[in-house]
Amino acid sequence: MTFRKYLVLAGVTVCATAGDSLLARGMKELGNVSLHNLSALLLAILNPWVTAGILLLLAFFACYMSALSWADLTYVLPATSLGYVLVALIARFGFHEVISPTRWLGIALIAAGVGFVAAGPSVTPGRQHLDSPEPSRDPVSQEVKS
Amino acid sequence: MKDIYAWAAIGLIVLTSTTGDVLLSYSMKRVGHVGELLKRRGVLAVLGRVLRTPTFALGLMAMGIAFYSLLFGLSWGNLSLVVPASASLTFVANAVAARLFLHERVGRRRWIAALLVAGGVVLMAV
Repeated sequence: MTFRKYLVLAGVTVCATAGDSLLARGMKELGNVSLHNLSALLLAILNPWVTAGILLLLAFFACYMSALSWADLTYVLPATSLGYVLVALIARFGFHEVISPTRWLGIALIAAGVGFVAAGPSVTPGRQHLDSPEPSRDPVSQEVKS
Repeated sequence: MKDIYAWAAIGLIVLTSTTGDVLLSYSMKRVGHVGELLKRRGVLAVLGRVLRTPTFALGLMAMGIAFYSLLFGLSWGNLSLVVPASASLTFVANAVAARLFLHERVGRRRWIAALLVAGGVVLMAV
């Protein structure tokens, strides 16, 4: 794991958190969407908060895809789960939602889990030629390359 | 009634985003190391290779459904319920799916991390 890879993982965490929070802000402005006016979901994209949230989620997606190209799914997901802690903190200080002691305990557990997985190997060894710029020698990549 | 809508959205998010995550992870492993590819071939080559991976489109579609389920859920429940609840369940489902379909080696360290994070996220949803 290089410094640049940790930066990508940080990008996944921060962009996902900020994006979700902006979306939530926008959806609260729009009010409850029921099954009778599902079209409101399509129009939601026009709300500036929702637009900004979507842009951040696009940045998140680019970082996430990059991370998945060199690390296992079971590594990337826990390693970037610190985002849920950030969401709770934003919910507490940004939206003034109440955070119970149990929830604080949850935050501590997640932080411990992130530390645990981040200290271990990021990829299942010997399965992919991850550091090779060439596609691996399997039918799908050959197909994609040609 | 509000809770039923929120939890229905959560269930839909878990199902679709797990499917999406597994498909996307599979696709990106086939594409290869994006950082190295960017350096040697440039952005367009990377984009082209990603977009021509068939499972990528499927994964994206699943993620799209998950995204709209999230918007739906967020309009009914609190940010600090919908996001952690769907995340914890997605997290567990993904660990199982990655082992089954992606054949990732999930050692003791990853199980402990998985349980800590899933447990933590559940506590946050209480």
